[in-house]
Amino acid sequence: MIPPLSQRTRLLAALAVFAALVLLAGCGFSTEGSSGGGSNEPDVEGITLYSGRIPAAIGPAVDSYEAEADRDVQVRFAETADLAATLVEEGDASPADVFFAQEPGAIAAVAEAGLLTKLPQDILDRVPARYRDPEGRWVGVTGRARVIAYNKDVVEESELPPSPFGLTAPKWKDRVGWSPASSSMQEYVTALRAKYGDDRTKQWLEEMVDNGAVSFPDNVTIRDAIAKGEIDVGLINHYYVAQAIGEEGPDYPVAVYFPPGGLGSLMLLTSVGVLESSDRKPEAFAFVRSLLSDRSQAFFTSSSKEYPLAKGAKPDPSLSVPVNKIPVSDSSLVDLKEIQGTIELMQESGAL
Amino acid sequence: MARTRPAPVWLLAAGAIVGAAAVLPAAYLAVVVFGDFSAAMETALSSRALETLLRTAALTAAVVAASVALALPIGWLTVRTDLPGRRLWAVLCTLPLVIPSYVGAYLLVAALGPKGMVQDALGIELPSIYGFFGAWLVLTLFTYPLVLIPLRATLRGIDPQLEDAARAMGRGPLEVFRSIVLPQLWPVIAAGSLLVALFTISDFGAVSILRFDSFTSEIYIAYQSSFDRVAAAALGSVLVVAMLGLLFASSRVRSARRVHRLGPGTLRPTRPYRLGRWRWPALAFCALVVLVAFVLPVGVLIYWASKGISTGSTSWDTIAALGGNSLLIAVWAAAAGAIAALVVAALAVRYPSRATRAIERLSHAGYALPGILVALGLVFFATRAVPALYQTIALLVFAMTIHYLPLAIGPTASSLIQLSPRIEEAARGMGRGPAEVFRTITIPLARGGVMAGAALVFLHAMKELTVTLILSPIGFKTLATDIWTQTTYGFYEASAIPALVLLAVAAVPVYLLSEQGAAPP
Repeated sequence: MIPPLSQRTRLLAALAVFAALVLLAGCGFSTEGSSGGGSNEPDVEGITLYSGRIPAAIGPAVDSYEAEADRDVQVRFAETADLAATLVEEGDASPADVFFAQEPGAIAAVAEAGLLTKLPQDILDRVPARYRDPEGRWVGVTGRARVIAYNKDVVEESELPPSPFGLTAPKWKDRVGWSPASSSMQEYVTALRAKYGDDRTKQWLEEMVDNGAVSFPDNVTIRDAIAKGEIDVGLINHYYVAQAIGEEGPDYPVAVYFPPGGLGSLMLLTSVGVLESSDRKPEAFAFVRSLLSDRSQAFFTSSSKEYPLAKGAKPDPSLSVPVNKIPVSDSSLVDLKEIQGTIELMQESGAL
Repeated sequence: MARTRPAPVWLLAAGAIVGAAAVLPAAYLAVVVFGDFSAAMETALSSRALETLLRTAALTAAVVAASVALALPIGWLTVRTDLPGRRLWAVLCTLPLVIPSYVGAYLLVAALGPKGMVQDALGIELPSIYGFFGAWLVLTLFTYPLVLIPLRATLRGIDPQLEDAARAMGRGPLEVFRSIVLPQLWPVIAAGSLLVALFTISDFGAVSILRFDSFTSEIYIAYQSSFDRVAAAALGSVLVVAMLGLLFASSRVRSARRVHRLGPGTLRPTRPYRLGRWRWPALAFCALVVLVAFVLPVGVLIYWASKGISTGSTSWDTIAALGGNSLLIAVWAAAAGAIAALVVAALAVRYPSRATRAIERLSHAGYALPGILVALGLVFFATRAVPALYQTIALLVFAMTIHYLPLAIGPTASSLIQLSPRIEEAARGMGRGPAEVFRTITIPLARGGVMAGAALVFLHAMKELTVTLILSPIGFKTLATDIWTQTTYGFYEASAIPALVLLAVAAVPVYLLSEQGAAPP
């Protein structure tokens, strides 16, 4: 048997391990410190991007711009809303040149704070008018459709209602998941209010709550809960399922259904804008053009199964519902007061 | 006892600097709130805010009570009894602290949730993990070591003479514990409970995954959905006020208790209590806690990691670089936190006055706030006052330090309380100046507490996410940000390896912390 080590020996051993780790930290920093942007050469002029999209969802698009323009792109990744709040606090002092938002409300908030510059007409012309800011401060890059996801082992597609209004039927009691705190759900409710009015929307929300709709923090957790069989159907964005099928294979138990009726589905935009405070606007505009190029648009739709929004871009073949069949809410995207009203409505109805 | 002298000017100045730094996030809230005072008051005083506050208070009380209920028996068993393998149990029972609450929450959902691994394996239905119960369970399991660590250190340092005397007078072990030991433990229980309570009110990761509408959820709704910075700041200010209330309650428990030894000489080791056949239930208790709070979540991680490795999605070079960055930040934050805490604690313990107490209380402000408000506060001030430092390592370390400062103040203050001021007074009497006494007497003798505080800051800085994402130099990634990147899209297998590396690195200071409890003070 090994004799027990003394107190001091053990402490010293632990400290030695620790010191070694700290030493490693020094080395680690020297190699990793300037990663993320790609190139290490400081003399290459570059732009700074605040991205609400994770590296895997934007990397190749950034790489292709860097290669073509011989410019470095430094990217800060964080939650879209956190970045929007950061931009507002930074004001004119922001180091960012471009903001790529994952959710529509965030870029509207930044635009409303007067922080985004008007984009050149050739960029605006790349995107149909319904996918961009009427005042030209941001453009949509990709679209994500609100859909009903379901567990295909438990639910037949033919059972599903023509719109989420049908999910308040007794048949769906305690079987539906949603994410009232997520901005995508709030966008959807805002669109419902614009189309059907506050009373009808509130009635639906209350019926959903009474019918035992289960609240999740976000789309991913709803998807996983459907896959595990915790719930049978859920209101989510379409591409989360496509991604999981890509990872897990065709046996993945969750499928998506585009409800055909009324506002059954709704297109939510990821969007990009250039900061008014940027002193590299030409480069920033060039980067936005690159995101809307055929190549980048093809990357977005093939990798994340989102709808490409630039004119002439073709959606991934797996997206069976054509892009123009999915309605866009025209009023809600730019008006934050509408979102505030939505939140109040959701709070009154007990959904939030 | 001698009357307290006025604090030396240099120490007061240092304390004022620390206090001013720590109060920056709260000052930012004040700037925003006073920018639109009536709107802010409408939010802060709404019935909804009040309801949520009460709900959060109930959760906090429950988490604190359960943390003490776990830490007290575990601390006593691993320090004062002949529990088999007590050193090992001490380490194992402290380890849950390394698990970030957001990771712990999704791991427990994966393990214990509906259709989770345990239900699948056992084929039985467990009670729902979501809501109050789940949030209570997760926050208790992953924060109770904040009570356990100082408790063990103090149990070690308690003078056995009183107990021996009581025992000699015929009192039973329970009676001795209640009348002699427990009163001496209240100050550290209060200090540890304060940290648990502040963690609970500021946590967002665990409560959101477990679907408990906490006060932080309201803050996130305010700025993530409606981008209403006034409402978010108003709600954040409510948390600062709640923190002051908690501090007041905790200081009532801690105040006016003389806990340093009075007798001369060194500590005599106490004879451990014989557990006899009670050791079986004692072992079962420790094993159950370790099983749920550590083995289960780490088991899920290892399972995911094995799937992640088999799909070959991991680059060890990347992991090493991420680990290096995490360590770099954590080590600097720990060092800065230890120094700042020593200043604050020395002032509050040795020179109690209105001013020093104010500095101590204000130093807790950064810990009561969710990370996003700390980050935004520093964005606000740094871009205006020191743009050259904005989004640098220095600013990130500064932010971590003020965010986690109270973690270091607690143990440092406790060790200063245990250290009799008479030693310092004797040194003063022999003609040494206050600065020299501080350097040659106070710091070396309070070393244990200072190290424990540094280790706690280190641990939390390793796990920190939101502040790092916003304030780090651009392109700077850590283990925690990598875990976030992966889990945002539900790539749990890919997140398991950085998570395990994070746990392994963070386990080193945890080991030191539990040895701290075992070492003589």
